[in-house]
Amino acid sequence: MNSPVRLLWLSALTCNGNAHALLNYPDLEHWQHRFEWLYHPLLPSRFSLGELLAQQPECDILILEGTLDSNFSKAGKDLTEWIEIFAPAARAVVTVGSCATFGGIFLEGGEGRSGLHFRRGERRDAYDALWEKSISLPGCPVQPEILASTLEMLAQETPLDLDVYRRPLLFYGTTVHNGCTRNEYFEYKIDEHRFGEMEGCMFYEHGCQGTYTHGSCNRILWNNVNSKTRIGQPCMGCTEPDFPTTGLWETRKHMGIPARLPAGIPKRAYLSLAGVAKAFHIERFRRPILDPVERYDPMKEQE
Amino acid sequence: MREEEQPSKKEQRRQQIIAGALKLFARKGFYTTTIPDIARSLGMSAGNLYNYFRSKELLAQEILRSVSSYLGRRIRYVNESDLPTREKIRSIVGLYFETALREPEMIDFFLRIYLSNREVFREGCEGMVCVNEFVTEIMIFFDEGVARGDLRNQEFFSAFGLFMGYLGGMVFLGGEQMLPKPLPEYVDEVSENIYRALKTPEAS
Repeated sequence: MNSPVRLLWLSALTCNGNAHALLNYPDLEHWQHRFEWLYHPLLPSRFSLGELLAQQPECDILILEGTLDSNFSKAGKDLTEWIEIFAPAARAVVTVGSCATFGGIFLEGGEGRSGLHFRRGERRDAYDALWEKSISLPGCPVQPEILASTLEMLAQETPLDLDVYRRPLLFYGTTVHNGCTRNEYFEYKIDEHRFGEMEGCMFYEHGCQGTYTHGSCNRILWNNVNSKTRIGQPCMGCTEPDFPTTGLWETRKHMGIPARLPAGIPKRAYLSLAGVAKAFHIERFRRPILDPVERYDPMKEQE
Repeated sequence: MREEEQPSKKEQRRQQIIAGALKLFARKGFYTTTIPDIARSLGMSAGNLYNYFRSKELLAQEILRSVSSYLGRRIRYVNESDLPTREKIRSIVGLYFETALREPEMIDFFLRIYLSNREVFREGCEGMVCVNEFVTEIMIFFDEGVARGDLRNQEFFSAFGLFMGYLGGMVFLGGEQMLPKPLPEYVDEVSENIYRALKTPEAS
């Protein structure tokens, strides 16, 4: 058997949401056999933080979680020094979650904060030397399957096609809208949604960002069960550089026109199609999905 | 020019029918204009005209699409320019009044046929379907005006009604010979009124 791939998980300013997310990977136990944790904040690991600093073992993949902060130290050493020690020998550096990738929610809380290569969407050059071997896995948190599968592919030395933010296209090449169970309501421009209900598209009134957020939430379901938009909560755009935006529960509009349109769709094209779709009243979409015609009741005595 | 880029003879004839019918509808109204009237004005038989349009309603709907497309293309030209919002309003008002003078039947058709005979357009022109090109350009104008911080954000139809209702009203007054001055002389004041009504308090 090949020697295990050595993983080192470094946490910066973080809620540990990504570290926890990995624990929800259904196949975690089997998946782990290929890897060895030099350090993970929650899983059994070969070294403590102090031992890592003392022995400085080489890792194959360095995983960064959390917003980088120039004043942040771990085990008495600046985070930047940790990266300088462990990144050069690693063959890949993976930023997990939106904070490590773009700065995320902690960005506004202090000076000198950023993601590894980006501050929101703006490229920074502090770690240019690592650019070629970096992979971005944003999300709040990252989907466990995306993290586990990417690490698996890195372990197998599978080439990964990336976008401009170094997100693997396999997982971030389509939008969250893709696979959403509300697509019919989007096509015919029907919102009429109430949070948590099955009916209606949340793009028009409720701030759903699924049509311009790149991710796999409706193709790889969370806990193999569901997604935000399927259950009736708008997508918050957590894989994008500008996450978190404000006013997440309402759609910002200019004279009734959504201020942000589905990814890559020209305004003229969108408005033309929307104008046509809105002209028709389609009764099926105005009724509850679970609107019974009759009920079969096994307890009822058959006549 | 390649052959397929030239409109076919049939298409050219179709366009002639649309133009001829537009004139008659605008002048005489929808119900008093008949298919034989239209055919006669074009020197063709009514039977042949039916080869192009199966009914007077379908012909009227096609005219509406054609008018909307004409105005939409002209407003699109304004939208794609670098003009400030205030100047764009002036351009749209100007082109609307100019159309009313040079192609009076187009605006007449809009006001006297489309808006006054809704039953003709109920099936086939649902909602904004047949005026989509025109309305889309007005939407884009508003959207960009708000995005630039020039126009006050509000519901689309409250702004649309103010803009287009005002222009329609002025053209109607002009058509009824009730305006003391020619229509183009109202462009500046009408544009300024629309801008002041729609602008944000901060915009100059």
